[in-house]
Amino acid sequence: MSCSRRDFLKDAAGAAFVSSLPLSAFVVLTTDEAKAAVANATVRWGYLVDTNKCTGCGMCVKACKNENEIPYDAEVTRTWVERYVVTKDGATHIDSPNGGRDGFTSDKIRDEEIDPDNIAKAFFVPKLCNQCDNPACVQVCPVGATYKTEDGVVLIDRKWCIGCGYCIMACPYGVRFFHPEHKVADKCNFCYHRITKGMMPACVESCAFGARRLANLRDPDDPVTKIITTERVAVLKDEYGTKPHVFYLGLDNNVR
Amino acid sequence: MTEDMIVHGVEWTVKELFVYPNEFIYWSIQIVMYPYMTGLVAGAFVLSSLYHVFGQKDLKEIAQFSLVFSLALLPVAALPLLLHLQQPLRAIEPLLTPHFTSAIAAFGIVFTVYGLIVVSEIWFVYREYFVHQLEALRGASGFWNAQRRIAYKVLTLGAKDVSDEAIRVDHKAAKILAGVGIPVACFLHGYAGFIFGSVKANALWMSPLMPVIFIMSAVVSGIALCMLTYIVIMEFQAFRLRRKGGTVEAGETKGAEIDIISKSTRYLLGFLVAAISLELLDLIFRGYTAMKSWDILRSVMYGKDFVNIFVLQYTLGNLVPFILLLLPGRTIKRTVLALVLVLFGVFMMRWNVVIGGQAFSLSFSGYMHYHIPIIPHSIETFKEGVLGALAVITTPFVLFWVINKFVPSLRRDTGET
Repeated sequence: MSCSRRDFLKDAAGAAFVSSLPLSAFVVLTTDEAKAAVANATVRWGYLVDTNKCTGCGMCVKACKNENEIPYDAEVTRTWVERYVVTKDGATHIDSPNGGRDGFTSDKIRDEEIDPDNIAKAFFVPKLCNQCDNPACVQVCPVGATYKTEDGVVLIDRKWCIGCGYCIMACPYGVRFFHPEHKVADKCNFCYHRITKGMMPACVESCAFGARRLANLRDPDDPVTKIITTERVAVLKDEYGTKPHVFYLGLDNNVR
Repeated sequence: MTEDMIVHGVEWTVKELFVYPNEFIYWSIQIVMYPYMTGLVAGAFVLSSLYHVFGQKDLKEIAQFSLVFSLALLPVAALPLLLHLQQPLRAIEPLLTPHFTSAIAAFGIVFTVYGLIVVSEIWFVYREYFVHQLEALRGASGFWNAQRRIAYKVLTLGAKDVSDEAIRVDHKAAKILAGVGIPVACFLHGYAGFIFGSVKANALWMSPLMPVIFIMSAVVSGIALCMLTYIVIMEFQAFRLRRKGGTVEAGETKGAEIDIISKSTRYLLGFLVAAISLELLDLIFRGYTAMKSWDILRSVMYGKDFVNIFVLQYTLGNLVPFILLLLPGRTIKRTVLALVLVLFGVFMMRWNVVIGGQAFSLSFSGYMHYHIPIIPHSIETFKEGVLGALAVITTPFVLFWVINKFVPSLRRDTGET
């Protein structure tokens, strides 16, 4: 075996270099860490609903159904508006005919006439997916067909969902349903195809009263983020530990 | 609206008061059948293991039968899930990309492991029989005998050694497999309970007791079904023998042996007491702590579902058979009636958990009523209706009939196994 001095020095230098590398120089990233490393850390989508401004016109529901191709007359919807009428005896009457799509044109709640003089308070509450930070639906999906993006929106892979319905059962807010055409789970995604191109969600665009607004929670200069961080906002059902990211102004404790 | 545009759940859900627009009874009869059938599988296996592992000699005959019957039940535990999926062609995905934070993700793995254990245990128990059959058929002529010979040849897997040493190894292997099978069977079913018990959004389901309750009631239903099928088949065989008028030994005319039945009954009652105690503990605890959801739960349990829960499940399905089995002078007929009631009671328990858990809205302000489709007018109303459930119930008996042709679990001439 021949070994020139040059080869020996070359190999020795290489060996010295390799052995000088501490093991800690190599970092094994978990999937989440790897994602976080490449993620656009400048965006986390949030949403603000001002219940004081909502008039229950239903334009948001109409716009959502059209934009997201949810069959117009199907009973399911990605967003809906609830009407609350609290009478002076403390009883709460709630309804959402067609998800509020056609507005609330009747004074009756499920055929029940409510005496206007007996009403203590009444208001509308729009609902949509809360894009939770700790989404129960993502946890229970057996095949990973529903997942949270780096910017906080929970999406569904229509080509991979097996339609078991576990996510529908797991969501405490009842925002999920089976799409009547695609036969897979479906829900609001803040119009992800629009917001990633700099546009607003269809419901926000269609709300004439500014009751629905999108926020980038990572941008301190975002006017909606400013409201969320400086005013008294609430979220729905925080007792489930899902960390919802749809914030409400003027949320009443009767809201379910 | 066209047929394929119908929202899943609309056809059998009736809403009352305020229910969120997207809420329907998404998990219907097939998801009632799933834990019911899985429970029967696990229960049948536990019964067979009482003999194979714990050496309860007087259970030998029913133990062999339960083992084969649990194999017949096994594919039927997965069938309801397949019928329930909106995308049944994608059923393999949980094995391809299992998402392990989901309780359902491991189903395929646990199910396959359990299936392999049952099949290999049966093989070790019956290998000697296969070899004997192969030898007996060696000289036989005729087309069907040739087919049977090939079948047995395949079933021996080439292992034709029937020396005492080889048989001893067989028995040891069967015993080990039965021992490993018990925790796996309990896991298979306990984890069906976990699927429900871990849904935090559902006030009725969420309970750490759920998996244990499921295991106890599973063993109850499994023992009951094995006893019932065993009695029916044995009585039928005895009846046929009597009618033929041939020479019949005294032992065989007796039909189902009363000893085996009394022994199995004792186990049945033990597990029944455990199951009811846990269920009542759960109920009392919910009432005592009276969390936010208790108002609506109470109105469902003591109001809307009162008949289903307290009359059909607890009284008719638990209390009545309990008394029937405990009263002295028990006859086969009375035992059969009690067993049918026990099976019905466990079915109602599954029903009250699965359907009862969806009987109220997540808003706690309304109710949903389930109207099971009886006469189907589409594939969906067939799958998730009475006929779909009946298809699931009858399949194990057909499978058992076929399997029993090759692996006779009830003939007394099977020899020492």
